[in-house]
Amino acid sequence: MSTLAVHDHGVAHHEEGHEHHHDTFLTKYVFSQDHKMIAKQFLITGITMAVIAMLLSILFRIQLAYPDKSFPLLETLLGRFAPEGRLDPEFYLSLVTIHGTIMVFFVLTAGLSGTFSNLLIPLQVGARDMASPFINMLSYWFFLTACVIMLSSFFIQKGPAGPGWTIYPPLSALPTAMKGSGLGMTLWLISMVCFVASSLMGGINYVSTVLNMRTKGMDLWKMPLTIWAFFLTAILGVLSFPVLVAGVVLLIFDRSFGTSFYLSDIVVNGQVMPFEGGSPILFQHLFWFLGHPEVYIVIMPAMGISSEVMSVNSRKPIFGYHAMVYSLIGITVLSFIVWGHHMFITGMNPFLGGVFMITTLIIAVPSAVKTFNWLATLWRGNIRFTPAMLFAIGMVSFFISGGITGIFLGNAALDINLHDTYFVVAHFHLVMGSAAIFGMLAGVYHWFPKMFGKMMDEKLGYLHFWLTFIGAYLVFFPMHFMGLDGVPRRYYAFTEFASMQRWLSVNMFITWAAIMSACAQVAFLYNFITSIFWGRKATQNPWQANTLEWTTPVEHLHGNWPGEIPSVYRWPYDYSKPGAEEDYILQTTPLSQTMSSNLPHDFEDNPAGLEALNKWTSTQKANEEVK
Amino acid sequence: MLLGTNLLMAQTTATADAAKPGVNWLSVGYYVLLFVLIAISIAVIGKILKVYDLSQQIQGKKGIHWNNIMGVICLVFLVGGLGGAYWDITVQGSMTLPEAASKHGVKIDAMFLTTTIITLIVFVITQILLFTFLFRYRHSDKRRAYFLPHNNTIEKVWTIIPAIVLTILVIFGFFTWQEVENSSPVKGDINIDVTGHQFAWEIRYAGPDGILGKKDFRLTAGANKLGIDFKDKNSMDDLQADTLVLPVNKVIRLNIFAQDVIHSVYMPHFRVQQNAVPGLPTFFKFTPTITTEEMRRKVDDPKFEYLLYCNKICGSSHYNMQRVVRVVTEGEYNQWIAKQKPYLTPALRTELKLAAADQKKSITQNRLALNN
Repeated sequence: MSTLAVHDHGVAHHEEGHEHHHDTFLTKYVFSQDHKMIAKQFLITGITMAVIAMLLSILFRIQLAYPDKSFPLLETLLGRFAPEGRLDPEFYLSLVTIHGTIMVFFVLTAGLSGTFSNLLIPLQVGARDMASPFINMLSYWFFLTACVIMLSSFFIQKGPAGPGWTIYPPLSALPTAMKGSGLGMTLWLISMVCFVASSLMGGINYVSTVLNMRTKGMDLWKMPLTIWAFFLTAILGVLSFPVLVAGVVLLIFDRSFGTSFYLSDIVVNGQVMPFEGGSPILFQHLFWFLGHPEVYIVIMPAMGISSEVMSVNSRKPIFGYHAMVYSLIGITVLSFIVWGHHMFITGMNPFLGGVFMITTLIIAVPSAVKTFNWLATLWRGNIRFTPAMLFAIGMVSFFISGGITGIFLGNAALDINLHDTYFVVAHFHLVMGSAAIFGMLAGVYHWFPKMFGKMMDEKLGYLHFWLTFIGAYLVFFPMHFMGLDGVPRRYYAFTEFASMQRWLSVNMFITWAAIMSACAQVAFLYNFITSIFWGRKATQNPWQANTLEWTTPVEHLHGNWPGEIPSVYRWPYDYSKPGAEEDYILQTTPLSQTMSSNLPHDFEDNPAGLEALNKWTSTQKANEEVK
Repeated sequence: MLLGTNLLMAQTTATADAAKPGVNWLSVGYYVLLFVLIAISIAVIGKILKVYDLSQQIQGKKGIHWNNIMGVICLVFLVGGLGGAYWDITVQGSMTLPEAASKHGVKIDAMFLTTTIITLIVFVITQILLFTFLFRYRHSDKRRAYFLPHNNTIEKVWTIIPAIVLTILVIFGFFTWQEVENSSPVKGDINIDVTGHQFAWEIRYAGPDGILGKKDFRLTAGANKLGIDFKDKNSMDDLQADTLVLPVNKVIRLNIFAQDVIHSVYMPHFRVQQNAVPGLPTFFKFTPTITTEEMRRKVDDPKFEYLLYCNKICGSSHYNMQRVVRVVTEGEYNQWIAKQKPYLTPALRTELKLAAADQKKSITQNRLALNN
């Protein structure tokens, strides 16, 4: 082990010096084609967008907690969007829309998949870079363009798009219906087309790299669960995102060229519109055909990261590796046939609703299997509480809490009364919002040494975790009960309904919990930024993990490994194997070097190896007897 | 850094806009100061811990056992969290909707209760296991984890059990759903049109003939807000109303329309919700079972009203698009409906009279005009 590390370093320095002659600042940091640099670009853009979206949520939370109060500060900050210190109702809807859009697409899709697929796929399958580094670079630049266009809509007269992140027409198609359906909506649509282009280029790259560029010995069943998750996520994205583009293009036609794909029988403000024959439900089908796989695009990488982090820090193999992979595959396949559960009460044929209900509740089975397997992984482990481990655990806790309410919402009969209430808000913020962001943070803490060659501060990580974890529960748990009282989401204020006013104190509580969680993120940002520059130097394998990325040198170099790419001889989860010297065995360690810890199971399709093992054990026994 | 610039910005704007009334920079400053103080005290605590840790290490001791501390916090969180969840369920759980005021609502509520019990059991058990495992198996240098890659029996068990439970829920849910959405038209159902537009609901009752007249969105003009086709004889006696008044224990069929964007008819007390979609008429059939008077006694609130409100984002006043729903006895209903005014108001009649002179021509001309 140690000799290998020394050897790496020597070559690394040589390579570094060599590289410096070619790399300018522009090619190294800006138009980089190195997957590790692109991953960092995705991460930092993602974190920036997350902070922006979080601040937007604080703005509308203040409105919900103090609907009658004027905050002159808001007018100073937002100008015409908050006349007399109170948010404009249409701007409130814009805030909700852009918060949702940024979080779902820009943070939890691009920020999560973009960062960790880019970083880990080549490093963990043993490839020098992505299949197509140039397209990889384009993927980032399209993503950044999408971000800039989306944010630019805050600086136009009528403000950003406002019909909710699901942009249902006709509201999004009729510029006269609301301010947020004007130019802001056009920018939203353009931004989304750029985003999908970015996402597709990334996805195709991930799929082809995983399929074609695995190192010697890395068969599919030796891949870490992170790679399985990224691989299946990329497949989901490649198959479903184009459908969103189709939907968006038709919407652009309806908005700008007078077609009637989604519009029919419309009278706005007493004005009869010429649209005929379209169906708003068609858009919902197209949208949710992406939209539902999208939530799995968000959660599956988080699942993969958590599985890996939990296994490493429990010093125990992930329980039921095959079951974990099959459940991921199950979720991938099923996620394409459940989209109708977003549309039970839209006027879709009720029989179809019944069918979607059945498929939806089936998808709960693989999710349950994953949860139980995580619990079994912790059982009799030797658990190290690194910040990454805590966030992975938080992810599991949120996934359970948010997942079980999915059983209510997936049931068409119960959905009648719960649809579009705060119950839904609570559900998806726990199961895909909080759980996915915790998976992402677990990844950041865990692979920070790999990305930046430095360690993050653990104590600040602990503080960040507990404040965020408790804060998120305080924010989202009470929302269930508001939903059960029939309080709708996307309401600017609850002042107009006598029955909803009693929730005002709860809303204030939620807002303060949200502000506390937001402040806790300062601990993370401080930790993240200072550690990049002044953090403790990382060792090559700081977590004693088995996977391939920890065999690369700490100093980054284009091509990842100096010299030959290592071969792989075993699965990635040989932790605490009985008979082994250490409690971890790298994937690159051949079975012949670990005779004392080999099990018959390791040679399932290798009769020669099994014979060697039997011979070895019998000689061992004979030696014992001689003694 | 960030805070510093914030403060700086705050100060500069403060001096610039000093004349502007309202912005209380002092209290903004206090909040910022509070945050800075908290941040500083956290930094101080961090330094103290570090110094303590180092001094322990110099003495050859192990320093702070963070794994133990985190393990204990996990346990504390479990107890506190479960306690908090229990408090929330009892206190805020009792603030939720009263019992269902419709026939099908009772079935939905039974379904809800079953699902809640099952999921709560799963929730409590899994969270307890998660956090007690964390405490029980926290790191120790003396121990090694138990190498357990898989166990097919137990994996089969926890695949099959959720599958069975979910199958039961699916079957129940499927039949309840089919029953609720049952669409077969029955004679004697009371038909009521509810039309959503930005930002109000229009309610139309059938007149004495019991049949609602036809509508066509192209006819929407002036006083004819809904585009009712008065060539259809059934339209002549249709009534308009401000309140949705429903007779108790009668089958109601709400015919749901939208004029401009998607709205959603949401009447949570009856467990009724159906989107109103432009160009796609929808409906919801239900039977109210509790009158407003009875419900007022039940919830002990003399001002209680059933409500119909919008539950699909529809624009700036989405948050205030409501109608009162009143459930009354059949006698009261008949009295009330006799007092309602027809849609065909004198004003509308004069407006349409002009057209009535040579009806056919003008309508065809209208059509032509629209097609152009």
